[in-house]
Amino acid sequence: MAVSSMGNVAGAPSQRAQAQKRSPYPGWFYLPAAIIYAVLFLAPTFASLYFSLTRWTLFDSVFIGFDNFAQFFREPFLVKGLVNTLIYAVVTSGLKVVIGMALAIMLTSQIVARGYLRSVIFFPVLVSTVGVGITFTVLMHPTQGMINETLALFGIAGPGWLVDPRLALFSVALVDVWKGVGLATVIYIAGVVAIPKDYYEAARIDGATKWQNFRYVTLPLMRPATATVITLSFIGGLRTFDLIWAMTKGGPGFASDTIASVIYKQYQAGFYGLSTAGNVVLFVLIAVLVVPLTMLLNRKQGHE
Amino acid sequence: MTKTRISALLGASVLGMLLTANAVQAQQSGNLQFLIDNGPQSVAVAEAWVAAYTEQNPDVTIDIEVRPGGGEGDNIVKTRLATGAMADVFFYNSGSLFQAINPVQNLLPVTNEPWQAGIQESFKSVVSAGGEVYGTPFAPAMGGGIFYNKPIYEELGLQVPKSWDEFMANNEKIKAAGKVAVIQTYGETWTSQLFVLADFFNVLAAEPDFAERFTANQAKFATSPAALRGFEKLQEVYEGGYLNADFGAATYPDGLRMVATGEGAHYPMLTFGVGAIAETVPDNLQDVGFFAQPGDSADSNGLTTWMPDSIYIAKTTQNPELAKDFVGFIGSPEGCDIRNEAVGATGPYMIEGCELPEDVPPAVADMLPYFQEGGQNAPALEFLSPVKGPALEQITVEVGSGIRPAAEGAALYDEDVRKQAQQLGLEGW
Repeated sequence: MAVSSMGNVAGAPSQRAQAQKRSPYPGWFYLPAAIIYAVLFLAPTFASLYFSLTRWTLFDSVFIGFDNFAQFFREPFLVKGLVNTLIYAVVTSGLKVVIGMALAIMLTSQIVARGYLRSVIFFPVLVSTVGVGITFTVLMHPTQGMINETLALFGIAGPGWLVDPRLALFSVALVDVWKGVGLATVIYIAGVVAIPKDYYEAARIDGATKWQNFRYVTLPLMRPATATVITLSFIGGLRTFDLIWAMTKGGPGFASDTIASVIYKQYQAGFYGLSTAGNVVLFVLIAVLVVPLTMLLNRKQGHE
Repeated sequence: MTKTRISALLGASVLGMLLTANAVQAQQSGNLQFLIDNGPQSVAVAEAWVAAYTEQNPDVTIDIEVRPGGGEGDNIVKTRLATGAMADVFFYNSGSLFQAINPVQNLLPVTNEPWQAGIQESFKSVVSAGGEVYGTPFAPAMGGGIFYNKPIYEELGLQVPKSWDEFMANNEKIKAAGKVAVIQTYGETWTSQLFVLADFFNVLAAEPDFAERFTANQAKFATSPAALRGFEKLQEVYEGGYLNADFGAATYPDGLRMVATGEGAHYPMLTFGVGAIAETVPDNLQDVGFFAQPGDSADSNGLTTWMPDSIYIAKTTQNPELAKDFVGFIGSPEGCDIRNEAVGATGPYMIEGCELPEDVPPAVADMLPYFQEGGQNAPALEFLSPVKGPALEQITVEVGSGIRPAAEGAALYDEDVRKQAQQLGLEGW
């Protein structure tokens, strides 16, 4: 939006003069917002770009060029963190799409206590992430956790959900899905409800089966909802931190480290310049992944 | 602005000097902030000190502020120092972590204060920077080694091991008896470092100049056979199948409870754990013994020691004289007595005139000979070198749970250490 209006401005200066004349607000009217924007958003952004190029102790900083970035990419755990971040984002957003859609279709059908069921699915979204994390850490305890104790009743030896390095990341991802699927479901419910009944009537006249109804009517018409759910949960997955920190702190060892937890550990260790460089990397990474993703999703939507 | 500040400071200190000169024993007045960590022991002892001090000086009020420990606490301390919002008096580590808070710029030197005369040189050396002393001991000295359950040792007829082979033989017997031989608690990652850190007496016995060469980027954990042993021991204990089933999720309090009640036989830990055992499972306090982490040879058996954490005064304090008086009170024999009363004795004091009570717990009694004549001890690496990598606890979790072999873990730690050395601006990195 901003880009297109700027394009107009550059293309037709006379229009700009007219637009300025027509603006209902005096110039100083923008000042408070501009000051807040500059002080709280612009200044820190540029300061962080500068400090990412320094060795910074909070007390003083030494300019070291791109050494921090070189160090950050040499970080033995970083590659693992990157891969984990992508796995986590793909797994959580994928599951939220599938489960959220299934739940939405169930919750828009004629079932008993629909309103109650809808609110129950949304409750975990409202609970504090750290609280959820701590609760599940207790439930997933390898020997005394309720999950493994329940499995033991059926004679199954439960795995070490959070202490097995192959499982830890997926265990956290599952909890993330449990906590976040309510939001996806609500978005999908809105999407399903918004589909006009005419389409289903037309499909019925054509003799469509239930599956065909879903495959050729519901699914394509829910694409805007799907785009929203994927974008939101994918970005959320990329920058996920609180749940991982509450449950495993990136462990065991580095098995469930994501970029955000690697960055936080650098900050905790007092490597402020290094962690700022990490944040710049995270910013670029999210931009590189999400901008094409949204463009792709929105273009398809435009073709409809 | 700086000028006015300096003159204000000068004025304040001149005034302070006049005041102290006029009335040495005069009662203090004013208000202090006292920042400590949230360990139950720290809180208990801080409250006892404050209660005793304010009773003697009714015009003084001291507010205790509590912060989390570990990495979270490091964050808070560094950030508050950097922003000039530090409490007047605060508790923090000595040794390498102390060097990382930029003491010369942030802390008030106490080199020539009267109470410093009674504090041991070995402690002063780990709270000094730029030729000035900044700290006063918060607690007694500690040892890093292995707590053991005495009833299990009696039942199986075991001897306290003097060499690593004897230790592993004991583990085998304990395992054969169907018990947990070694307790590990990786649910709290810092506890995973003990086998590596507490092995440092044995490193120094083999390579006396390891610390200097390590600081100068000449000695490495991966390439020094003696230093690598710590990581190897961690791996051997895992591979022997000696660990408790929930070693990945158990926490520090779990570990202390297990070794005290006999759910496990050995728990590698710092001796300050005695205080927590006394508080949480007092009935089993007499069942817990302690020995130094054995080296490869029974001939050189000694303890790796930890200097106590320290009390510092922030340079930004509004009340330097009162702060010094309070810290001096903590660093006096009277302060030690109050500590003994509040949380019990956990080790030898670094303050002259401080006495341990007659009936110390057995784990403390087991530790004392290492400090006395004829006993052998050496400080942990973090008191001889400012370099300590922040990821050690994750690496030791990996080595100690079979995710990464010892040699690779040691090499990874060498890489981690480089960052810290560069951040500190050391020569040769």
